[in-house]
Amino acid sequence: MTDANFPEIRQRGTLARLAQRKLALLGLFLIVLTVGGAILAPYLTKYGPEEQLFDGLTIEGAPLPPGGEFLLGTDLLGRDLLSRILHGARTSLIIGVVANGLALIIGTVVGVTAGYFRGWIGSVLMRFTDLMMAFPALLLAICLAAIFQPSLWIVAMVIAIVNWVQTARVLYTETTSLAEREFIAAERALGAGHMRILFLHILPHLVPTIIVWGTLGISTTVLLEATLSYLGIGVQPPTPSWGNIIFENQTYFQAAPWLVFFPGVAILVLALSFNLVGDALRDVLDPTQRGRD
Amino acid sequence: MTALAEKRSGAMAAPEQETVLSVEGLTISVRTEAGLRPLVSDMSFTLGRGQTLAIAGESGSGKSITSLAIMGLLPPPAVRVTGGRILLGQTDLTALNDEAMQDIRGNRIAMIFQEPMTSLNPVMTIGRQLTEAIEAHESMSAVEARSRALDALRAVRISEPERRLRQYPHELSGGMRQRVMIAMALALRPDVLIADEPTTALDVTVQREVLDLLRDLQRDLGTAIILITHDMGVVAEMADHVIVMQSGRMVEQGSVEQVFAAPAEDYTRALLAAVPRMGRGAATPAAPRASQPPVARLSDVEVTFDLRSGLLGRVTHHVHAVAGVSFDIRKGETFALVGESGCGKSTIARAMAGLVPFRGGIEIGGKRVDGTRADLLATRREAQLVFQDPMAALDPRMRVGDLVAEPLVIHRIGTPESRRAKVFDLFERVGLTREHVDRYPHEFSGGQRQRICIARALALDPKLIIADESVSALDVSVQARVLDLLKSLKDEFGVSYLFISHDMAVVENIADRVAVMYLGQIVEMGSRAQVFGSPIHPYTRRLIDAVPVPDPRHQRKPLERLATEVPSPVRRVGDSPARLPLRNVGDGHLVVDWQQDGIPT
Repeated sequence: MTDANFPEIRQRGTLARLAQRKLALLGLFLIVLTVGGAILAPYLTKYGPEEQLFDGLTIEGAPLPPGGEFLLGTDLLGRDLLSRILHGARTSLIIGVVANGLALIIGTVVGVTAGYFRGWIGSVLMRFTDLMMAFPALLLAICLAAIFQPSLWIVAMVIAIVNWVQTARVLYTETTSLAEREFIAAERALGAGHMRILFLHILPHLVPTIIVWGTLGISTTVLLEATLSYLGIGVQPPTPSWGNIIFENQTYFQAAPWLVFFPGVAILVLALSFNLVGDALRDVLDPTQRGRD
Repeated sequence: MTALAEKRSGAMAAPEQETVLSVEGLTISVRTEAGLRPLVSDMSFTLGRGQTLAIAGESGSGKSITSLAIMGLLPPPAVRVTGGRILLGQTDLTALNDEAMQDIRGNRIAMIFQEPMTSLNPVMTIGRQLTEAIEAHESMSAVEARSRALDALRAVRISEPERRLRQYPHELSGGMRQRVMIAMALALRPDVLIADEPTTALDVTVQREVLDLLRDLQRDLGTAIILITHDMGVVAEMADHVIVMQSGRMVEQGSVEQVFAAPAEDYTRALLAAVPRMGRGAATPAAPRASQPPVARLSDVEVTFDLRSGLLGRVTHHVHAVAGVSFDIRKGETFALVGESGCGKSTIARAMAGLVPFRGGIEIGGKRVDGTRADLLATRREAQLVFQDPMAALDPRMRVGDLVAEPLVIHRIGTPESRRAKVFDLFERVGLTREHVDRYPHEFSGGQRQRICIARALALDPKLIIADESVSALDVSVQARVLDLLKSLKDEFGVSYLFISHDMAVVENIADRVAVMYLGQIVEMGSRAQVFGSPIHPYTRRLIDAVPVPDPRHQRKPLERLATEVPSPVRRVGDSPARLPLRNVGDGHLVVDWQQDGIPT
C-alpha cells in the first residue's frame, strides 16, 4: 500500500490554524517587533544607551520629558530613554527566554519524573522541591549571584534555579493524575515501555500547562532580573535592562513618570504578547478542540 | 388555550387520577452558530398522581434534557425552552424565574441522578445534607428537621439510620448512597420525582432492591415518577406509561402493556429486540471445547492490597481482592466471569495483563506471567485487554490509526507500510472504514470507540482477549452489535475470550462457560447450560432472579432483602479468608458448599 491510498482527511496545518486567530497574530507581531527592535537597536537610535548627553538635561539638571529631540525623553543622567529601552530589550529577552526556558525544562523533568515513577525517586525529588519552595527565592538568588561573577548568563542561570519550583509542583500533580488514567494502564497492558509512555502519552497532555507556565513565567523572570539588578547583583549598570531602568528611576516617579511608565509598558506588552500566543498555541495543539471554533 | 389543554389532558388521564404534571408541545433548542437547533421537539405528555411514566431511548435521544427542562436546570445560556409549556398543577414552569423555580425544586419536583456519589457532597455528613434539604423549604427547628431526616432514612430501609446520619458519603456503599438520595428527594413529599437512570450505576441485586423500594414508596406516598432509562427491562417492571424517544422526538407512546405487546414503530421493535433476554442464549448449544488445549490457566491466584495505618504506616490490614481462584480457558472458548462490583473480577483481568502483582500461577499461551520485562512482553502478545470505557482507554491526543498500530510498533512488528496496511485491514474487520484512521477518538460514538479498542486488541493476533465489562457502558442496540462482532471475530481469528460482566443476561447470550464470583472466590462454575439451567448456589440464583425481565406481564418472585451489606474483603494481617473448596456435582459443574461460606441464603 502506498501513500496514494491514504485518505486525504488531514486538516489544515498547525500554522494555518494559528494564523486564523487575530489576537495570536497580534501577539506574534509584537514579539517580532520587540525582537527586531532589540537586534536593530544600534541602527534605530541616534544615541548610544550609555551615552550621557549634555543637552539631555534641562538647565536645572532635570531629565527631559518625551517629545522633540528625545522621543521618549531622557533619564537622570541625560541618557536617551528610547535607546536604553531598545538596548534593554536584548537583556530582557535573553533573560525571559533563556532563564524561563531553562526553568521550564528543569521543572518539567523533575515534576514528570516524580509524578510518573512515584516511590522513593518521587519522594526525594518532591521533598527537594518543597525545600526549594520554602527557601526564600531572593535570598537564594543573592547567595548564588555572590558566588558567581555577575554576568548576563549567570543571572539567567540563577533565575532558572529559583524559578523551576512552581512548574515542577504543578506538573507533578498533573502527572500523578494522568498516570492513573485508564489509557496509561491500557498502554502498559500492551507492553509499552516507560519512555514511550512518558514521551508519547504523558508529555503531550502536559503541553497546555507547560505553555501557560512558560508564558506567565516571562513577566516574573523579567521582574526578578530587575530586582536582582536593583540589589546590584543582576545585570551590571550601565548596561540597560527593562528592570533596572525602572529601579534606577522609581524614586523620581512623581517628577518624571515617563521613566517608569515606558519600560513598564514594554514589560507588560511583551508578557501579554507571549500570553496571547501561548493561549492560541494551546488550543491549536489540542486535537480534541479541533472543529470546535 | 388553557381550557383546551385542560380538557385534553383530562381526557387522556384516567378519570379518577388527578393530573400532576402536563407537558405540551415542549421544544428545547441549543443556540449554535448556525442558529437554533432543536434538541427535543414537540414533546407532550401528562402524568397523573401515583403514576410512573418511563421515558426510554438511547443516549442522545433527549430524554435527560427533557427532565432538566422540567427541573428548570437547562445549562444556560445556550440551551433553553423555545416552545410549549410545562404545567405543574396550574403553574407554567417555563414562565417562572429562577427564584420561583427554587421553591419548586426539591419541594414539589425532586430529582435523583445516576451517580449517587457525585450528587452527594463528600465533605458533609448524610445528616447535614438531609436536614439542609428539608430546612431549605420548610421552616422548622433543628430537632424537628433531624427527626424528619431520620424518618426519611427509615422509609428507604437503611440499616442503622441513626449511625448513617453521622456518616459521610464515602462510608456508604453505592446502593446505600442511592437510597440516601431517594430519602432526600422524598423527604419533602414532592408531587413529582424525576429519576434519571437511577439504577444504571448499581449492581443487579442492588438495582432490584432500589426499584422495589421506589415502587413501595410510590404506593405509600402517591408520588408521580418520571423514570428515565435506557433499560427496557426496568421500563417493563416499573412503568404504567412509556414514551420512546429517538433523536429528540417522541417515536411512540402508550401504556406499557401495549408498547411491549404490540410496538407500532420499527424503532421500538428494534429497541426491544436488542434487549438481551434471559433464557434465549440457552437455546443454542455451547460448542464442546473440552478437548481443546487451554489458552490460559490460573492456579490458586491470590491478589491482596495493603492497607497502612498508624503513625509508622505499618501494614495492618489486607484487602483480599482475589482469594485463591483457579480456572482455565480453552482454545476458542468464551469464558465468563460474573459477579457484583468489588468481587474481584476486574482484579483478575488486571493480574492476567500483568498490571497488578499476584501470588499463584497464571499461564497464558504456555508462558507464565511473571515479573520480568521480557516475559511480560511475551505474554502481552498473547493476551489483550479491552476496557469498559473506550473513551478513557484511548489516548485522546492520538489519531486512532496510530493507536491501533501502536501494539505493532511496541513489539517491533513489520514496517510502517505493513503496519498501515494491517491497520486498514483491522478497521474493516471491525466494521469501520479506512477513512476513519486519521481521526481522533472524540470524533467517534461510544460503539465505534469500542470497535477501535477491539481492533487494537486484535492487532497482535492474540490467543486471548480479556473483555472487562466491555459492553456495559454501551446502549443496548450498540451493545448487541458489538456482541455480534465479538462472536464473529472469535470464529475468524480463533481467539478465546475472558468475558467479565455483571450482566447475567449478556453473559448468558455469549458465554460457553461461566464462573460466578463472590468476595474474591468462585462460588459456582460450569457450562452455560449448567449454571443458567440448573443454578445450585443461592448467590447464583439471586443474581439470575435479579435481572429485570423486559415483559410487563412477567410476575417476579419477591427477592429476599439482605439483612446486612455484603461482607468486607478487608481483613487484619494474619486473618486470611477461608478457602471454599469447589465440589463437582456432575459433569464439570462445580459449586462450593454454602452452608459454611456465610453467604445469606
